[in-house]
Amino acid sequence: MSMLSGIAAATLSKDLRLEWRSKDAINSMLFFALLVVVIFSFSFNPTAEESRRIAGGLVWVAFLFAAVVALNQTWARELRNQVLDAYRVSPAPANALFLAKAFGNFIFVSVLEALMTPLFIVFYSLRALGPVWQLIPVAVLGTWALVVNGTFFAAMSLRTRSREIMLPLLLFPISIPALLAMVEATSAILTGEVSAKFWIVLLVAYDVVFTTGCLLLFETVLHAE
Amino acid sequence: MKRVFPLLGGLTAVLLSYALYQALVVAPTDQLQGDVYRIIYYHVPSAWTAFVLFFVNFVASIVYLIRRSAKADMIALVTAEVGVVFCTVVLVTGPIWARPVWGIWWTWDLRLTLTLVMWLIYVSYLMLRRFSSSGQTPVMAAVLAVFGALDMPLVYFSIWYFRTQHPSPVIGGGGSIDPVMLRVWMINWAAFLCFALMVCWSRYRLERLQREVEEMQALESMIEPRSAR
Repeated sequence: MSMLSGIAAATLSKDLRLEWRSKDAINSMLFFALLVVVIFSFSFNPTAEESRRIAGGLVWVAFLFAAVVALNQTWARELRNQVLDAYRVSPAPANALFLAKAFGNFIFVSVLEALMTPLFIVFYSLRALGPVWQLIPVAVLGTWALVVNGTFFAAMSLRTRSREIMLPLLLFPISIPALLAMVEATSAILTGEVSAKFWIVLLVAYDVVFTTGCLLLFETVLHAE
Repeated sequence: MKRVFPLLGGLTAVLLSYALYQALVVAPTDQLQGDVYRIIYYHVPSAWTAFVLFFVNFVASIVYLIRRSAKADMIALVTAEVGVVFCTVVLVTGPIWARPVWGIWWTWDLRLTLTLVMWLIYVSYLMLRRFSSSGQTPVMAAVLAVFGALDMPLVYFSIWYFRTQHPSPVIGGGGSIDPVMLRVWMINWAAFLCFALMVCWSRYRLERLQREVEEMQALESMIEPRSAR
């Protein structure tokens, strides 16, 4: 266990340092999400009442699309100089690599969300009528739901032709229940009309099921030849 | 086995035409919906057939992950392909039926959405198979099939909470159905299953031949450069 966490921590800190110095993923994600916010805002031009209803959907669709930008870059960096092959022959547990990548993506997407949320509030003049603190578990669980499968499918789509387009094709259908839960929970909190509890429980279930699935099958995917 | 195939083909043809006769002529007209309801003899058996095929795909994928047998992989491939076709039939006949009966083409109801999501997952499965390089395709595809199966209960509960409009299941759902209708339904389902089995089988033979040809070509290309020298 300590070996797993040690290797995961080392890989994670390497990825964070690389990202801190290049800022490739975060810049492209941020600009992409900004474009989505602006385009949605002026194509719908909603009133405060309307935007409360649709914001949940808009926010998460924007984050989902932006997250794909970062997820696509997750493994690409390891292909240069055959780093991934080196990892395959090393005795390090595959799940350490997976967890490090997933946590890295989680951090990137969380930073994106933290920076973009104020913009959403400004553009859509949002004010929540329900319990605002519930947005925190929804954001955390929802982000993890996106990145855990996203990291996994990014590793899978590495082996395909036109891998950049393959990731969303694999990720979106599987993510439908999670996305529905995030959108509905956010709308429920913003409008304050219904409770978001069921959706939060569903997100927990989704996270548990797919985190387990990813950890069980990642080694198979990494070593697939 | 080769002799069984024409027999199966004949049986399928007979069953399909008998089922067509039963569905269009013998089955009584529905009190409320009139003749338009007869589409259920295609809609529902197609759905069940698709679900059976997807289930076989899931089992074959698990077997592949454990045993790594090429046979299981080929079964998974053909059941996914044929399953998507049947699922498409369901998704096309559904709106055609819904329009006159419900007055709308589409609604985000439990079973509609579930079927649509299943269709999406399996289309992405086929895309993955098409786009990945040959050696790793079976593993990737099997893993995706397992993920899709894990997703299904979650989709079910999310949509179940979201909304429900579809008529409650007729069998085991407390609804009543004319025994003649039920019989016609079952005959149609049997015919569709036979048809699916036949298509899967010939697709399986085609796939096996194709793989053999590819293997031979690979071998030949390994031998030829030497003889040319």
